Amino acid sequence: MSMTATVGHAHADPHHIGIVVEHPGPASKRIVTAYGFWVFLLSDIVMFSCFFAAYAVLVHQTADGPKGSEIFEQRNVAIETVCLLLSSFTCGMASIAADVRNRLWFYLGMAVTCVLGLIFLTIEFREFADLVSRGYGPSRSAFLTSFFSLVGCHGLHVSAGVLWLLTMMAQVFAKGFRADILRRMMCFALFWHALDIIWVAIFSVVYLLGSGV
Amino acid sequence: MPAGRTVEAMMLGKLDWSAIPFDQPIPLIAGAVVLVGILAVLIWVVVKGHLPYLWHEWITSVDHKRIGVMYILLASVMLLRGGSDAIMMRIQQAIAYQSQGYLPPEHYNQIFSAHGTIMIFFVAMPFVIGLMNLVVPLQLGVRDVAFPTLNSVGFWLTSTGALLVNVSLVVGEFARTGWLAFPPLSGLTYSPGVGVDYYAWSLQISGVGTLVAGINLVTTVLKLRTKGMNYLRMPMFCWTTLASNLLIVAAFPILTATLAMLLLDRYLGFHFFTNEAGGNVMMFMNLIWAWGHPEVYILVLPAFGIYSEVVSTFSGKPLFGYRSMVLATMAICVISFMVWLHHFFTMGAGPDVNAIFGIASMIIAVPTGVKIYNWLFTMYGGRIRFATPMLWSVGFMVTFIIGGLTGVLVAVPPADFMLHNSMFLVAHFHNVIIGGVLFGAFAGFEYWFPKAFGFRLDERWGKVAFWFTFIGFYVTFMPLYVVGMLGMTRRLQHYDVAAWRPWMMVAAIGMLLLSIGVLAQVMQLVVSIRNREALRDRTGDPWDGRSLEWATSSPPPVFNFAFPPDVRGEDAYWALKWHAKVQQLEDHPGPEYQDIEMPRNSPTGFVCAFFATVMGFALIWHIWWMVILGGLGAFATFVVFAWRDHDEYVIPAAEVERIDRINIEERRSLVSMAGAA
Repeated sequence: MSMTATVGHAHADPHHIGIVVEHPGPASKRIVTAYGFWVFLLSDIVMFSCFFAAYAVLVHQTADGPKGSEIFEQRNVAIETVCLLLSSFTCGMASIAADVRNRLWFYLGMAVTCVLGLIFLTIEFREFADLVSRGYGPSRSAFLTSFFSLVGCHGLHVSAGVLWLLTMMAQVFAKGFRADILRRMMCFALFWHALDIIWVAIFSVVYLLGSGV
Repeated sequence: MPAGRTVEAMMLGKLDWSAIPFDQPIPLIAGAVVLVGILAVLIWVVVKGHLPYLWHEWITSVDHKRIGVMYILLASVMLLRGGSDAIMMRIQQAIAYQSQGYLPPEHYNQIFSAHGTIMIFFVAMPFVIGLMNLVVPLQLGVRDVAFPTLNSVGFWLTSTGALLVNVSLVVGEFARTGWLAFPPLSGLTYSPGVGVDYYAWSLQISGVGTLVAGINLVTTVLKLRTKGMNYLRMPMFCWTTLASNLLIVAAFPILTATLAMLLLDRYLGFHFFTNEAGGNVMMFMNLIWAWGHPEVYILVLPAFGIYSEVVSTFSGKPLFGYRSMVLATMAICVISFMVWLHHFFTMGAGPDVNAIFGIASMIIAVPTGVKIYNWLFTMYGGRIRFATPMLWSVGFMVTFIIGGLTGVLVAVPPADFMLHNSMFLVAHFHNVIIGGVLFGAFAGFEYWFPKAFGFRLDERWGKVAFWFTFIGFYVTFMPLYVVGMLGMTRRLQHYDVAAWRPWMMVAAIGMLLLSIGVLAQVMQLVVSIRNREALRDRTGDPWDGRSLEWATSSPPPVFNFAFPPDVRGEDAYWALKWHAKVQQLEDHPGPEYQDIEMPRNSPTGFVCAFFATVMGFALIWHIWWMVILGGLGAFATFVVFAWRDHDEYVIPAAEVERIDRINIEERRSLVSMAGAA
């Protein structure tokens, strides 16, 4: 009968470096929550990557419809980008305010984030509506299908983010800076920043590369 | 009249009386029987006054053990449904020689599509996720998973998907496109009905549930291990759980995105996979198999973990080559993402691409081979007890090697060009999925049943079930290899080749044996429940186990462990037992019992799934007001959940002590008996 307990220490030191690191036990709730949310964000990025891949496959399939360079408006995209990047900053301010439990700055930061998000969404919506009204809707060509889906998927995420943001403000208003609400706030901030990162990719792959073609 | 029709269309979308298949007796009768069955159970539950118990102890439970049991129950019920489909197909192919058989083509096509969809998504998935949920927190020595309420949400969303698939039996139709709904056949042009919509929305909703379960279990394994449970001390099942759930997190979003694209094509006239306007059908194949191949390993890796636990326990030895097993598991986890193209070598990607994917597909057999040898060497020199879980494991090793070898065969592109979409392929993937996943699920079911319910399953009926299933499997599927070689393609509703006929008859007989196997398992459950006092597991360690789930009582208390176990090496519980025997359990004062905080039950999952069902059904039938209602309901449910003030309750130290003392007494009697022997 092998006695595994006696060899236990050897196994805790897999590389024989003489240092036995014992696992300290379950992590705190804050770490567990944030970690789980990170894993979710990674899965969300995988989903976006499918839409990016579809876009890359279909970008030249314009079916005699417009190409990207004929419909993208650099100015609007620049404003959208500035809005989102700034909103990441204000979201960061709100997070810091939540950590130091400053209600005024929290509300202010969240409100500005919300407004910037809404401006972004408005510009995007107008861009979409304009394209559809010119007959360049998503059913026009496979290129437009993949364009609308990729950018629209991000837009849906931002919309969900705005809804979450308002819920977060209401929660802090009703319950204060409770530990569980601070954890949610942390997740929200992660979500919002992740959307920013995805926008940077959309900005580069769709608008910058597309305008050159 | 037009105005009335418009109002009706607004209220009910595409739904009207023609959706009920009055002209098709088989689904109608089947649906009626199921409905009567459900009603009977409901009435029995209400009349007997079990409803409050069910609601408080099960439906709203966030206890990982309860949720695990419910997952397995769902899988078992759906196994009967998917199995009925299989029986119908085997009978059809046995009699449809130079005739139409008894199933018209449009019905037959629905059956094979439903069979595949159900068996993968609503049998295999919930079965393995259920076992992981039940066992992994216990093996890690912790009190629950990382996100207990989300765990419940995940389970109920999976049930929603299963429910919608079954609703399609009587309201409307199911997809006739095969289990992966390839376009352009699944596009609006060729599948204008609601079948593909049932398929896609069921999978979207249950896919969210699966993703939640995946995130939950990854976080649990990586962040919630008990003190001293270093990575290389985790039981093998925890490792395979980690690998499998990493794959879920990485692969299921691809399925979600792909089905979303298909739905956009169908609902809003997009052109992802259409033949017009530049759509690309082969993009669907690439995307769906980029999910689909990892999915195979999502299913089989947990089964590999189960075999590792079972073989080690019933051989009375530590797992041979534990480290190589970890390495093999993680290697499979990574390589599984690099082989998807072997599902469509015939696409014409060119010899270089096909060669790379062919070689990758053969390479993935290497870590799998490592595992087989490790199990064999674990058995070598061990004191093997051939209890039912061990029978399933040995049966697996034999069967899976055959399935694996035929897999390596079709990984050779030139051979695949011959065998693509033939019955050979059908035989191959049933060989690995039944021989790999299902045998593993059954082994795990037999092995951990006493842990979940506090009594063992009847061994005699278990062995009957094993032998009928094992032999039935070979009699059913070996002939399919043969007809595949004889040129029979898959999914034939009828055929005119005389040479195939005898083999199809043999396969039908095999199906009969398999069905007896399933019946034996139902019998086993019934007999075991009736004899539960005689089969009672009082100590919590019925198999002389090695990992921590056996260190607590059967069934475990809601908090799993009175004290967080302190782990010093591999096979943590084995070491504990050894020490206990050496010290003869001297009555040394343990640490003080402490209050334990546990998460409160929550109806969030159930309510959320209710709204998801409403929303899914409304989306399928284009009832837009109901879609909005369902969406608002689901959001409101989450806000209400987020608003609650008390999400935990306290079990007082005295109660913890009382429960723990009972288990300690039972165990002491076990040790003293062992000492006497």
